[in-house]
Amino acid sequence: MNIFSIPANVAVSDTGFVFLPTTGETFTLNEIGKEILRMLQQNKNLDEITEIILENYDIDRMSLEKDINDFLAQLKNYSLLVEV
Amino acid sequence: MTSKKRYERPVVTKHYSGFMNKIGTSSFSKPMKEIDGVQVTELVEKFGSPLFIISERRIRQNQRNAYRIFKTRYPKVQFAWSYKTNYLNAVCSVFHQENSWAEVVSEFEYDKARALGIKGDNIIFNGPDKNKSALIKAIKEKSKIHIDHFDELYDIIEICDSENLRAKVAIRVNMDVGVYPKWDRFGFNYENGEAWQAIKRIVSNKNLELIGLHTHIGTYMMSTEAYRIAASKLASLARSIKEQFEIIIEYIDLGGGFASHNTLLGQYLPAEETIPSIDQFADAISSGLFELNFRQDELPFLILETGRALVDDTGYLVSTVLANKRLSDGKKALIIDAGVNILFTGFWYKHKITPAQDCGLHTEEAAIFGPLCMNIDVVRESITLPLLKKGDRVVIEYVGAYDMTQWMQFITLRPNVVMIMEDGSVELIRQAETLEYITQRELIPEKLKSKS
Repeated sequence: MNIFSIPANVAVSDTGFVFLPTTGETFTLNEIGKEILRMLQQNKNLDEITEIILENYDIDRMSLEKDINDFLAQLKNYSLLVEV
Repeated sequence: MTSKKRYERPVVTKHYSGFMNKIGTSSFSKPMKEIDGVQVTELVEKFGSPLFIISERRIRQNQRNAYRIFKTRYPKVQFAWSYKTNYLNAVCSVFHQENSWAEVVSEFEYDKARALGIKGDNIIFNGPDKNKSALIKAIKEKSKIHIDHFDELYDIIEICDSENLRAKVAIRVNMDVGVYPKWDRFGFNYENGEAWQAIKRIVSNKNLELIGLHTHIGTYMMSTEAYRIAASKLASLARSIKEQFEIIIEYIDLGGGFASHNTLLGQYLPAEETIPSIDQFADAISSGLFELNFRQDELPFLILETGRALVDDTGYLVSTVLANKRLSDGKKALIIDAGVNILFTGFWYKHKITPAQDCGLHTEEAAIFGPLCMNIDVVRESITLPLLKKGDRVVIEYVGAYDMTQWMQFITLRPNVVMIMEDGSVELIRQAETLEYITQRELIPEKLKSKS
């Protein structure tokens, strides 16, 4: 079960531009960041996300796991992610 | 085999409003994958990380350029290499091959210059600490002793009397050149007449030969006007010496202190855009020397002890990312394998730091910490860099001045230093330290030795 969720009001454009209407803050995501956020919005769990990235990108599992954890911490820090 | 896409770690960057400026900043442009035509990766694979790299070609270019600039403004110019700025033998040797004398500030540096084959009369001996044995050696070898205080002057008089020697001396003069802080702890003061008192004492002694006047007005000076004032005050002293004692001094030594292209921590604009060029310093000094009003054949040599401005941009430090961390406030932190133990100038400079491999377009603000388990080990509080991962490398620029002399053997060992030669070959010029090297001078009292 996915323990993370992206608040429903977070808007993400195709170019990776993020708008948080509750505070008016804006952000930019890089390509992989955008893909992960999209997958989280689609309620994919971390295992699924990891497999998809591993399949498409030149990266090993351990490094990816570290980077995803760090990315989730960033999202949480900016209130773009909540634990459910 | 299906080719996968290039990976870049996921990142989200917050936008801040109100922080733009009309000038903009020259942020990271492209990676520095090679230095003087040599691949950084190859260097690190062969010599390890961290690694200091010095460019022989750049040293020669800088020295020749500075000499040309001064020589086209004043007819008699001599450079003396400031040992304390970088006294690795290979570096000193390049400067000596470019006809620089040695400028030393301790017996250790004096002996280092002599061991490199520099004759005594091509050594300028500065500094407040010249012990008796150093003075005897320097007097006998006819080096140019720049007297710092009256106690030293009387030591020299006493040595010359007792050993029946004759010394070639100059005095260091400190003065008000309109900059703060005023450097008045070295030498004799100009304004209060102390310098003139010292000169009178020297010329009244048959064993002392007054050959020069020296000043060094500060370090990382950004004002050219200060040099014009300094040159004109020394010129006026030289004229008085000629008029009162009929002595024509051999040289006026304006020291060093020209700023390099490193940006100070508190400086807003990059140094490249704010510091005067060597041409501007040379213009100021040569216009100050007009005060001499000497005949052409009486003109003293102009000696320059420029260190930082000649060697800072010849040095690079390659370092490897050890870890990525996120601080409690969400800020990114990088830990690299070069800390303030070897990057001592990190305490006052914002060094230019560039990735050594291809990176994505996204950047992130990060703090850079060194490897020491000490809170002081901050290479940079905040810098915008592309996303770097463990094992990636960065090149830290402008580390040729003071880092390889003020570095500390603290917690870990100092790394290899290599020189990229003019022909593109790479020479090891200082071997990385070993445990044996560090402990070879230690002694353990017998009763503390382990019985097991």
